[in-house]
Amino acid sequence: MSLLKVTNLTKKFGTFTALDKVNLEVNKGEIYGFIGPNGAGKSTTIRVLLGILKATDGDVKLFDKDAWSDAVEIHRRVAYVPGDVNLWPNLTGGEVIDLFVKLRGSNNKSRREELIKKFDLDPTKKCRTYSKGNRQKVALIAAFSSDADLYILDEPTSGLDPLMEQIFQECVFDLKRQGKSVLLSSHILSEVEKLCDKVAIIREGTIIETGTLNELRHLTRTQILVDTKQPIEKLAELKGMHEIEETEQGLSFQVDTDQMDQVMRHISQFGIVKIESAPPTLEDLFMRHYEGTEKVDVSGAGGAQ
Amino acid sequence: MANNSFVKTGYLTRFILRLDRFRISLWLVGLTFFTLIVPVAYTGLYENQQERDAMAVTMENPAMIAMVGPGNIENYTTGVMTAHQMLLITAVVVGIMSILLLTRHTRADEEDGLIEMIRSLPTGRLSYLNASLLVISGVSVALALITGFGLYALGIESMDLEGSLLYGAALGGTGLLFAGVTAVFAQLAETSRGTIGWSIAILLFTYLFRAITDVSDEALSWISPLGWVTKTEAYDANHWGPIFILIGVSVLLFILANYLHAIRDLERSFLPSKPGRRTATRFLQSPIGLAIRLQRTGMIAWAVGIFLIGISYGSVLGDMETFFEGNEMMEQMFQLTEGGSITEQFIPMLLIVMAIMSTIPPIMAMNKLRGEEKKDRLEHLLGRAVSRTRLMGGYVVLSVVNGFVMVSLSAIGLWSAGTAVMEEGLEFSMIYGASMSYFPAVLVMIGLAVFLMGYFPKYTTLVWLELFYSFIVLYLGGLMQFPEWVGKLSPFDYIPQVPSEDVSVMTLVMLTVIAIVLMVIGFIGFNKRDID
Repeated sequence: MSLLKVTNLTKKFGTFTALDKVNLEVNKGEIYGFIGPNGAGKSTTIRVLLGILKATDGDVKLFDKDAWSDAVEIHRRVAYVPGDVNLWPNLTGGEVIDLFVKLRGSNNKSRREELIKKFDLDPTKKCRTYSKGNRQKVALIAAFSSDADLYILDEPTSGLDPLMEQIFQECVFDLKRQGKSVLLSSHILSEVEKLCDKVAIIREGTIIETGTLNELRHLTRTQILVDTKQPIEKLAELKGMHEIEETEQGLSFQVDTDQMDQVMRHISQFGIVKIESAPPTLEDLFMRHYEGTEKVDVSGAGGAQ
Repeated sequence: MANNSFVKTGYLTRFILRLDRFRISLWLVGLTFFTLIVPVAYTGLYENQQERDAMAVTMENPAMIAMVGPGNIENYTTGVMTAHQMLLITAVVVGIMSILLLTRHTRADEEDGLIEMIRSLPTGRLSYLNASLLVISGVSVALALITGFGLYALGIESMDLEGSLLYGAALGGTGLLFAGVTAVFAQLAETSRGTIGWSIAILLFTYLFRAITDVSDEALSWISPLGWVTKTEAYDANHWGPIFILIGVSVLLFILANYLHAIRDLERSFLPSKPGRRTATRFLQSPIGLAIRLQRTGMIAWAVGIFLIGISYGSVLGDMETFFEGNEMMEQMFQLTEGGSITEQFIPMLLIVMAIMSTIPPIMAMNKLRGEEKKDRLEHLLGRAVSRTRLMGGYVVLSVVNGFVMVSLSAIGLWSAGTAVMEEGLEFSMIYGASMSYFPAVLVMIGLAVFLMGYFPKYTTLVWLELFYSFIVLYLGGLMQFPEWVGKLSPFDYIPQVPSEDVSVMTLVMLTVIAIVLMVIGFIGFNKRDID
């Protein structure tokens, strides 16, 4: 069942097209990663989802309701953490949390206290004294102590330290266990990789890739380090080989994942002494999409033999 | 250490000057304009000594002395009159200028983390503080010289060079002194709001202290810095002593600020900040509760201010007759006609001015919504179960109530002081009713603000222009003889001038309807547009 469905969303500011035919679908119980560089349109998309910006064209539905006209109904079931958390300098963190939770509707006092302790926030301080990380904690505590069905988190950890990031991840896993859905926009790839079931990559207002992590890995390469008894011959002539390099530990190269089988067959003829492989990271995926000009089949020019 | 603490002060001084060049120019031009326009107007209004003496009589009551200080009634030349009626009030404005300008580059920049950036560069620990002090000192000296020579250049007989320079020096000295006060509070208070708040409190306290002592025992006024300003007796006795005291105390305050700055850590303060509430009260937990909470302090300050303005206008009503007798220009300005007492005909003019002033806080309350939008804080509310209508509705209700309270307070202030000084007293229902008849015009102004917020959010400040226009047209309208349509562009012009004119219920209803229509259109626009 899809909680959130965006079809051909286009948003223009004057003549500038910020979003061009964006499609997204988040199902119940899914943690959905939404990644892209700054200015790609992540926050614009999210603000359309929340009915803060009006779509120029396309269909945006949350819980089968229109994001613009049914905004208030929808927001009763949504918890949101903005990327840039600006708070009222003369209110305390505790006051802001209560205000936020109350404005959504439900209230969970015990959860609030537990989270304040977990995130190590002093709620009696005025917001003007909070650092970026602390302001983010306020928004996160307010979001996590709400009983929502969909959590929309816009780069929620950009100001948190690693310890707090850990706690954030625990909270997201908690939500997942409860069958809640999360839309997590981020450019911290390791985080998305750890948390998300599905990923959409946006660049210059267009979604350039969507799918599960496994599906996307098809598009990427595996890093191999191999040491053989005899020197490997004709490696560079194989399909899908990249960045072949002779190192002290052996031969290092990248191979397109779908060519893995034939490459392994070829190498095994030369007597493998040692082999190490590293899984493709989202990082690679990301880089390949953002290095717009890079071609997929640039073969390793610095050949082995 | 000492020689390292001031590295690059000169460079930072130029930097601050560059940042604030428009702001500073505006203050200087504005203050100079108002300083120079008054004696020119006085020479037009009071053509001979006899007329000035008549004016002097009206100044000889405790209320006026409390307001503007003592003056030499025996020698009431144009110069003495200007210094008596204008110097103190201008000095207060100069004090406010100093407080605002200096806070920007002391505690406010520190709060925003800018001083941290500058400190990380090879600059001295005290450089930025002293750069901002140098800038404000430069502004004070410039103000003293420009107004001093400017007044002399007017070529008015009783305004000689020494008196003019003394007048300017008193203004400049006040600027320096309150720069010193602000510099010290920038070290003591933790926030820029606190700094401004404490400094303004000191300014008000010195003003009130002087008001009380001027009436009761003038010698005690020597304790108040604003007392020193009036004790210069410019254009009369020309005492320079108070100027030296002003400068001396300023230097001491500058040194104290430097000392405090040197012994404290960055972003720390001496006045401890007490921990705030751990949880929100029930009151805060709604959009309108939040709006009230954010504006509470400002609204209370405005309410007190508006009430005091009402009282001060009311306190002059007693001497009206003496004041106006035989002064043609004044009669023209206030469009006095034969029949009816002068006081009764003067009241509508006071009411217009008070109504326009009472419109300022409700418009600020309404435009706060735009301020919140610009600071990206509306999405916290709209991202939750709050509709745009409910959000804007809260601000509109707050603004309308605010306007009602302000108009009421101005009327109550005017009545209570007026009835005390007038022999025959004033009827409360007449004054209150007449004031309230301006409320529909206030509503139209609020409506305009709502409309702009809905459809032209980038131009919400235009409503201030309309208010300023209303003030110019109605206050100076009689004098300038504008054609009739000029006035019709302001909602205030349609209000019948009670008590000299009859109440026209139809006009009031029409204005209210226009206000409601503007608001409804504004709501529609706000519901349709993107939030920035």
